[in-house]
Formats: sequence, C-alpha cells, structure tokens
Amino acid sequence: MDEIPYAIKILVAGGFGAGKTTMVGSVSEIEPLRTEEVITAESVGIDDLEGVEQKTTTTVAMDFGRITLTDGLVLYLFGTPGQDRFWFMWDELSLGAVGAVVLADTRRLADCFPSVDYFEQRGTPFIVAVNCFDGAKRYRPEDVRVALDLDPQVPVLLCDARRRDSSKGVLITLVEYVLQRYSELENNGALA
Amino acid sequence: MSQHAAADGAGPLVRPYAMTHGRTRPSSDNFDLIALVVAADGPVSTEGLEPEHRSILNLARQPVSVAEISARADLPVGVVRILLDDLRVRGAVQVRSPMSGAKAPTKRVLRAAINGLRAL
Ligand SMILES: Nc1nc2c(ncn2[C@@H]2O[C@H](COP(=O)(O)OP(=O)(O)OP(=O)(O)O)[C@@H](O)[C@H]2O)c(=O)[nH]1
Ligand SMILES: [Mg+2]
Repeated sequence: MDEIPYAIKILVAGGFGAGKTTMVGSVSEIEPLRTEEVITAESVGIDDLEGVEQKTTTTVAMDFGRITLTDGLVLYLFGTPGQDRFWFMWDELSLGAVGAVVLADTRRLADCFPSVDYFEQRGTPFIVAVNCFDGAKRYRPEDVRVALDLDPQVPVLLCDARRRDSSKGVLITLVEYVLQRYSELENNGALA
Repeated sequence: MSQHAAADGAGPLVRPYAMTHGRTRPSSDNFDLIALVVAADGPVSTEGLEPEHRSILNLARQPVSVAEISARADLPVGVVRILLDDLRVRGAVQVRSPMSGAKAPTKRVLRAAINGLRAL
C-alpha cells in the first residue's frame, strides 16, 4: 500500500454570512462538502441509545474543503458553524489545528467578536481577514485592529474570499504567522 | 431522505444509529475528523457487513478523511466512527491519525505547508 498522507487543518471562522464557505470553496480542490454531527444531550457520556425516540437531537454542520499540498501532506479547511450555540463543536475542530482565519464583515464587525474571543481564550493562533463586500465601506486594517482590540502582533489583512489568490494569500499569512510564533516561543525558552 | 429528515429537523434520531446496532461510540479510540483512512489491499471478507460499511470501503480506495467519508456517504460523523471501528477491527482499513494528533503541527510541517500553498 502507498504511504497514507498526513493531514493538517485550518479553521475559517466568523459571523453569519461573513464568507466562510466562500473562502473554503475558492481554494479547495474539491467542491466544499458538508458533514453533520448529530448530537443528543442525553447521548453524551452514555453508550447505548435505547429509548432515543424521546430525545431531542441537534445537528451541527461543518463545511470543509481539501488542498493536497504535497504527496504526503493534505490540508483541510473547516468553516466553523456560525451559530453561537454550537461552540462546543469548536473544541473538537480547534484541537490540533494549525490556526484559524477569522473573517470580518465590516458591515457587521461585531459579529466576529465571539470568534476572536474564543481563539484568544483558547490560545489558538489566528489572523483576521477583512472580507471586502461590494458596497461596504472600506476600512483600513488598522481601524479593524482597533475596533477588535487585537494584540499588536495579530496580522490583519484585506481579502476577497471569492478569489482563489486572495484566499491563498490569507492562508499563507496564517501559516507564516504560526511558524513565526513558534520560533519566538522557542527563543523565549517557552518550549522545551 | 429519511436520514436527512432526522438530521435536518428536531425529529428523533433512529435510523442513523440502527446500522450500528444502537452503539453510539466506537469501542477503541476516536477517529479524528481529519484522520485519513484507506481500504486494505488484500481481499477482505464482507460477511456480516452492512451496506454502509461497504460504501465506506468503496470511498476509501484512495486515502480519504473521516469528514469526507461522512459527507460523501451522507452519514453523521458519529456513525462513521463506529462503522470505521468495525472495519479496522477486521483489518479492512488502515487509519492514519493527523500529524501530531491533538498537538499543533511541527515547524517542519508548517514550512512544507507554506511551500505547498505558494506552489498552488
Ligand atoms: N462581494 C463579496 N461577496 C462575498 C465575499 N465573500 C462572500 N461573499 C458573498 O456573501 C454571501 C455569504 O457568503 P458565505 O460564504 O455563504 O458566508 P458564510 O460565512 O459561509 O455564511 P454562513 O455559513 O451562513 O454563516 C454569499 O452570497 C457570497 O457570494 C467577498 O469577499 N466579496
Ligand atoms: Mg457557510
């Protein structure tokens, strides 16, 4: 059997309609797919679903795409669910992730506050990509940084999630930022 | 349609877990969403396998992630994990966990990722 490649993942987060699925689709080599996790509150921690008929279930959807980077390395992009009440899914999604892209829609900047809060608290490296919607007022990245109260080192850039090159640039910026963070942590002796 | 009716609305969840005989968790460790699965080369007995097991084997002729299996087989991830566990137990699939598991990927991998992205 041929060697099975390794996989890594990047999350694409942001508020409702911020362009998450669009970004995943613009760089993915496959049509974005949707996977669903069906969750029942009662099923957490038990191994038998007998009597499940009485239980209420919730479906959490994730959009994702795939990019084959080299023979042995595949990148998956996950568009995180926009609805706040599904945050418990993010924990699984962020586990082991390279980092996250927070898409900001300047018409509704506040919609991405929860994503920023989440990744800050979790210590997941993230960058902010400001999606340039037609007709929306143009903001400078610096204005967005101030509005979101971001740490000075967090990269903020403008993008057009519909364009492959633009989305690609966003991903490269994220991975370079994560790499640079590692090196800084090493130099500070924070990593063994 | 029946599976989706359950998945889309607040309807009861019955059918998706029927093929797992009521089990809601795999017996051994979890399959990460991006764990890559590939069907074993040799002949594998398909006796006692559900049709869903077989569609997973079909999807996994080339390495494929747990998330992709779920999407393409139209099964919730939880169900896919249990079915994959059955397949792994009988040696019908090999599974490769993601790079460094729950830990973030190494610098070497990140550099390879940057080069790969630039070359797109
Ligand atoms: N002008 C412009 N339109 C965009 C851009 N990105 C997305 N859109 C449009 O905005 C709409 C919403 O984009 P989606 O990708 O579905 O957003 P989403 O974040 O996945 O939305 P939810 O999953 O519903 O939260 C679509 O009609 C896109 O075509 C962009 O960069 N520029
Ligand atoms: Mg979407």
